[in-house]
Amino acid sequence: MNKLEVNNLNLFYGENHALKDISIKIPNRQVTALIGPSGCGKSTLLRTLNRMNDLVPSVKISGEVKFEDQDIYAGHDVQQLRMRVGMVFQKANPFPMSIYENVAFGLKAQGMRDKKQLDKIVEESLRSAALWDEVQDRLDTSALGLSGGQQQRLCIARTIAMEPEVILMDEPTSALDPIATHKIEELMDELRKKFTIVIVTHSMNQAKRISDKTAFFWMGELVEHGDTHQVFNQPQDQRTQGYVSGEFG
Amino acid sequence: MNTCTKTNDSGISHRHTPKPDRLGTFFHLVFICCAMVGVVSLATIAWFLFSEGLAAFRQAGVIELVFGSEWLPPALFGIFPMIAASLISTLGAVLTGVPVAVLTAVFLAELAPKWLADIVRPAVELLAGIPSVVYGFFGLVVIVPAIEVLFNIPAGNTLLAGIIVLAIMILPTVITISETSIRALPPVYKEGALALGASHIYSIFKVLIPAARSGILTGVALGVARAIGETMAIIMVMGNAPAMPGSILEPARTLTANIAMEMSYATGIHASALYSTGIVLLIFIVLLNTGLLYINKKRVH
Repeated sequence: MNKLEVNNLNLFYGENHALKDISIKIPNRQVTALIGPSGCGKSTLLRTLNRMNDLVPSVKISGEVKFEDQDIYAGHDVQQLRMRVGMVFQKANPFPMSIYENVAFGLKAQGMRDKKQLDKIVEESLRSAALWDEVQDRLDTSALGLSGGQQQRLCIARTIAMEPEVILMDEPTSALDPIATHKIEELMDELRKKFTIVIVTHSMNQAKRISDKTAFFWMGELVEHGDTHQVFNQPQDQRTQGYVSGEFG
Repeated sequence: MNTCTKTNDSGISHRHTPKPDRLGTFFHLVFICCAMVGVVSLATIAWFLFSEGLAAFRQAGVIELVFGSEWLPPALFGIFPMIAASLISTLGAVLTGVPVAVLTAVFLAELAPKWLADIVRPAVELLAGIPSVVYGFFGLVVIVPAIEVLFNIPAGNTLLAGIIVLAIMILPTVITISETSIRALPPVYKEGALALGASHIYSIFKVLIPAARSGILTGVALGVARAIGETMAIIMVMGNAPAMPGSILEPARTLTANIAMEMSYATGIHASALYSTGIVLLIFIVLLNTGLLYINKKRVH
């Protein structure tokens, strides 16, 4: 079953044709990795999936992006969509408030006021993000005091708290050291049981380690998409072959 | 061996660097001199205020001067009504002006279409350049008569008129600094909030404004400084009676107005009492600044 389905998607930033006729299916409860050199359009594609590109004034989009068979660009409620399709950013971006408030933010934005329920969800989310043990005795302190890896796990907890169906991750470990990266990857292995994950990554080893499906992008085109094992071991396209073998990119 | 290397090193540096060294020292001195201008000015101001004003404190007594409610020179020098008028007018201006200014800043930074922002922003900047005496005119012609009509009182030259004029005067400072600090926020704050399904308005009030608050408070501090120090416009619209105002619909005289109005003819102990009014003003400004700095630091951490 496919959670997300992109059909003939074209995206322009002004005159710049950033995504060229992309069609891709994202299967449910699997990890799909989007790889390719910088500027190839993989992050842009990720940001069309929860309509973050709406923030860019000059952006033009044609084609369709279906989330559970509904075109998200056809009058879909954007806030509703972003609750169901959460996002973790390249650089951990906790809000300048307490750890607790960070996790409760999205729920409070939806009007949840029940303190007991909030407490419960905050704890569950922090546990799911493997952060609870490290922060349970300082939930009221500023999130900015956490380490980079902890901050990123906090951002994951914040996203999980909304109980999304899909989590988009935009190079979530590129600013982290190997140990923190390892923790996030372990966490993703847990998360794949409950969520559909789409991750943009620059690290081919990371894609190999964590993903079920891999899509390789090149200059705005989707060159190759398939099982991770196959894309890395028997790439069909010359360009994929060159990229995954480290010849360029 | 070690010593030898050292001598050699210093020898080389001496041979090659005498010129840049002198130039460096010269500029170092220039920088220090420039930096000292401000500090020396402040020290001089404090020194002459105290040397002139202490006589009044000594003769009238600190308590009688600061907390006395009668200003009848050369007999009574109670400036408490002016302290109250200064504080109330500043507080009133901040309470009314700051929310308007912060919302304007948010509008300019986040919501306004470009063409509208291009009209509002220059207008706000122009507002900053208007001399205070012109604000006084504006107050006299528009606000004072409006207060007379609205509240049905014979004279509109009141604390309220002063508050309104001051509120408008602090707008540009608070707007410009707040807008800059909101714009300076990393875009990831807004993106992070929106990505959690929060609305744009919710993100503004719960993430952007709190994140920008240290900049906004800086703007407020400058606004407070402008409001408490404002003289000309206040003299023109506030009625200037040196008595304790019973409400904001009564005339009042601020500390600054007291000095400006009487300095031209005051002599002896009367003149000294005006300097001591200046001392009180200076102390207030120092307290306000330290207070806001403290809040700012505390909130940031």
